[in-house]
Amino acid sequence: MTIMEPRKHGSAADGFVGGRLSRFEGQMKVTGAATYALEYPVENLAHAVLVQSTIASGRVVSVDKAEAQAAPGVLLVLTPEDDLGLMTKSDWFGNRPDNEPYAPLPREISYNGETIAAVIAESREQAVEAIKLLRIAYDETPGVADLHDPKAGDGKVMDNLSVSWGDAEAALAASAVTIEAEYQTPREYHVAMEPHGLTAKWEGDQLTIWEPSQWTHAMALNYAEWFGLPPDNVRLISTFVGGGFGSKGAALAYGAVAASAARKLGRPVKLAVTRPQNFTSYGGRAATRQTIKLGATKDGVLQAIVHRGASETSVTTDYPEQTGAATPILYKVENYSSQSRVVPVNTVTPGALRGPGKNPSAFGIECAMDELANKLGMDPLELRLKNYADRDYQTGKPWSTRMLREALTQGAEAFGWSKRSHAPRSMREGRQLIGWGIGCGTFPVIQAPSAAMIRILANGRVEVVSGAIDMGQGTYTILAQTASEALGVPVDQIDVLLGDSRMPGSAIAGGSMLAGSITGAVHKTAAAARDELIGLALNAPNSPFRDTGANTLSVAGGRISVSSGNGPSMSLPELMTAIGQSELEVTRNTLPDDAQGATDQNAAWTSMKRVQGPTMGEFSMHSWCAHFAEVRVDEDFGTVRVSRMVSAFDCGRLYNPKMVESQWRGGIIMGIGQALFEEGMVDGRNGRTVNNNVGDYLVPTNADIPDLQVISVGVPDLNASALGGKGVGEVGIVGVAPAIANAVFHATGKRVRDLPLTLDKLI
Amino acid sequence: MRDFSYSRAGSLDEARQATLAPGALLLAGGTTLLDLAKCGVTEPETVIDITHLAGLDAITVDEEGIAIGALARMSAVADHPGVQAALPAVTQSLSLAASAQLRNMATIGGNLLQRTRCSYFRDPATFPACNKRNPGSGCSAIGGVTRNHAVLGTSEQCIASYPGDMAIALVAFDAVLDLGTRQVPVEDFFLSYADAPEEETVLKPGEMILAVKLRNSAAGMRSTYLKVRDRQSYEFAAASAAVGLEFEDDGRTVKDIRVALGGVASKPWRARAVEQALVGKPLEADTVAWAARLAMDGAVSYSDNLYKIELAPRVVTRAILTVGGLA
Repeated sequence: MTIMEPRKHGSAADGFVGGRLSRFEGQMKVTGAATYALEYPVENLAHAVLVQSTIASGRVVSVDKAEAQAAPGVLLVLTPEDDLGLMTKSDWFGNRPDNEPYAPLPREISYNGETIAAVIAESREQAVEAIKLLRIAYDETPGVADLHDPKAGDGKVMDNLSVSWGDAEAALAASAVTIEAEYQTPREYHVAMEPHGLTAKWEGDQLTIWEPSQWTHAMALNYAEWFGLPPDNVRLISTFVGGGFGSKGAALAYGAVAASAARKLGRPVKLAVTRPQNFTSYGGRAATRQTIKLGATKDGVLQAIVHRGASETSVTTDYPEQTGAATPILYKVENYSSQSRVVPVNTVTPGALRGPGKNPSAFGIECAMDELANKLGMDPLELRLKNYADRDYQTGKPWSTRMLREALTQGAEAFGWSKRSHAPRSMREGRQLIGWGIGCGTFPVIQAPSAAMIRILANGRVEVVSGAIDMGQGTYTILAQTASEALGVPVDQIDVLLGDSRMPGSAIAGGSMLAGSITGAVHKTAAAARDELIGLALNAPNSPFRDTGANTLSVAGGRISVSSGNGPSMSLPELMTAIGQSELEVTRNTLPDDAQGATDQNAAWTSMKRVQGPTMGEFSMHSWCAHFAEVRVDEDFGTVRVSRMVSAFDCGRLYNPKMVESQWRGGIIMGIGQALFEEGMVDGRNGRTVNNNVGDYLVPTNADIPDLQVISVGVPDLNASALGGKGVGEVGIVGVAPAIANAVFHATGKRVRDLPLTLDKLI
Repeated sequence: MRDFSYSRAGSLDEARQATLAPGALLLAGGTTLLDLAKCGVTEPETVIDITHLAGLDAITVDEEGIAIGALARMSAVADHPGVQAALPAVTQSLSLAASAQLRNMATIGGNLLQRTRCSYFRDPATFPACNKRNPGSGCSAIGGVTRNHAVLGTSEQCIASYPGDMAIALVAFDAVLDLGTRQVPVEDFFLSYADAPEEETVLKPGEMILAVKLRNSAAGMRSTYLKVRDRQSYEFAAASAAVGLEFEDDGRTVKDIRVALGGVASKPWRARAVEQALVGKPLEADTVAWAARLAMDGAVSYSDNLYKIELAPRVVTRAILTVGGLA
């Protein structure tokens, strides 16, 4: 292995797609050699520090900045008084209002922790100190703290999320066995290890941004639109990302502030969002509540599902956390009704957090199925298999691939589910009550185009170049594997360059869509490069292959040769030298032929215009999983420990099983955190999230994580992606929390329907 | 930038002298000082580095007892076999505190002086009212999120919880702090928040914790520290108990028992009522459970932390039964 060297892969025995290569950048990261966005050495930096509101609702009457401005080292103080001259950027679908100014430091305050000012100084410490000298006068108005605030009300129905077929209410009324329950999930946060921030540098009207990003081209365009620049004038660099989980897909207000400050000062500005500020600089997962009614026959055949969900949103934007996202597709049901509401409260607009919608949705339906199984006196595994969905009952379409039955049965086998004593509170070891629970999960296959460039250099090395990013999921590595296979060049001769908006565009690293998209683009590009190379070898005047009479050549192991074996064989550098070629560069994308114009391409890399949902074709396409959890609950203390988990996944073909397993485990670990610890604690008086730091907002430690056995039951799904994979990044978290909640019920006989499962609820 | 002066004390006397200046604070492991400076709670004028002072990190174990220098690292004490043999509760309280990285930095003296994790105390920009930071300004926690706040030894002035673990074990075993000019029992060292939440200890300017001293005891040798929390490591206690037990010769009648509670009170909380209820009685599960409830006499909850009143006696019960060989 030579992974100490940047962008080089070790020579694994199988470097092709499907090989278990280690992440090439892993050692760089753990040794500190990987340079993250805020670590780029930029000369003459000024340092910006944000000031956030301490009230939930109202307006900034005035900011007296005289004292702060005069403090040592202070270069600039920006407040709502300052017109930064910015214009509103496009939304995710590429729609942009005409001539609408954008104020990243608003006068009107809609949540506690909203950015209202910034101080820029020679040092970060000087800026922090000067902030204490600002005199901010608010006109405070009554706010709504959160979903539980009595003033919040019922909100409004999102008509586009209403789904129904059959006659759910009638079927429910006619059902022999019914259950009804309300499930709640709290406000949750991304808490990526790398906090947000950026360095912005202007050279004339060229802007360079170093910022962690899940989508370099789109974020570069965000900046270009704010500042009225041609898109090409902005370069956004994001070589390494310390986790995103959905929070780093778009430029945010603090970015506009930093870039504005850099322009005003005529020098580069670095802005590090503090950990507490990260809790309100962008939205986490909205708090949700949902009521689920299930109707079934006495022998457990599901007759009806009625779902009514609500999620909190901000007072400025309707962002629904779709608690009905997984409800309609997990089981066979002929009668279904779902309605979703958003309830405006004084919060930052919520956002996508690993498994958006599907995650709280699965918590509802998977706990409800467990409640139904208990009421029926039936094994919850048997209930799930009995109601196995043979097709997508919402759209009527067939599944592309759905190995959820195999996930359930093979997961159960590996877990030893058949030894379960089904009565609640029937398994124990001393004071530890033991419980086993199941939770299924799903995440849609979302498709989008990508582009890639392949450069074959004279020295025989191959560069794979894409603006796609790697936030730890393994993009660098799987693209080298893909190119290796398609080109016939060993993986250790391949360098992958990512994370720069000057590189070819790609799908967002979000919605579990990047790997399927970008491997398709690289595969196509690499195959084209191989064809061009062979064409040159056959036709170039000085090529030794010119007179062999061969129609084609083979490229394997980094050597090009006549397929029959009778004739010349040479390495790529030998060939490049022989034919006098210094470099071969090929760019391809996976857009349709009628969308190859610049406008279509730019839209594809910066908006959701070309994104295809899971049922837009003839199939219904999703990843699936089944989690089996064992918990130990101390009967005196109510503490829950997850002692064992087995999870089986259908994610189609795995491009690199080692990294896929890591992503699954990462999702499961995040799910354990969601089940046991994570909860934004909101002060009802002023809407402040008071546990806005990682000392108080708890995520799992190593001690909380048992051995996590993961099993792949998938088969290649060529409808889902060019190479047969389905998304792996998000499905891992979906279904974990209900598996644990169900296990806790099995252990204790106590049903906790609001996350997290903290000891005070079980004592 | 807020300037402060930094100096390395040349001697113990120099360090103590330096603390007489207004706004002067000692720097040892720095895990609390830097944290509180970053969140704007502490703004020292002068920081006096004592980390290099010789002789203050010794751990001495003899037949009389244990002496732990104020500059001994938490990890060093946790790993000391002599401490483990004489007072397993102290060892466990350290092993279960913070994280390995913090334990490698933090000192025993600094650990004792660790300040509360009250979210309102730690966010001065949003919550100016805090009687601990700014006497007379009010308590922002009351009426707010109080899941981690204290139920014992609080007042309408302050409901912040003492966060540490080791001090709980020290208070159970009558540890004495060597302040140089005087020796103060740990139990008297900490003050309840009743009237003056800003005064947390009896430590005066010019004084410094030099060492923690513990006498050997049979109850100390048969002791444990039980810490209950949602997360299995790196979290403050929802409730904890340090317990030590000595039986009469019959092997079942309680001769000596020590009980102290953490995570529930404004200071390390010795539960003498529980001890008195059990001395002279045979150790039985029901008796222990009944006695443990006495620990909550006078407890006051602000709803979010109501569970602590139920939880803490259960923790005490389990800890006593564990050392008594009944759990």
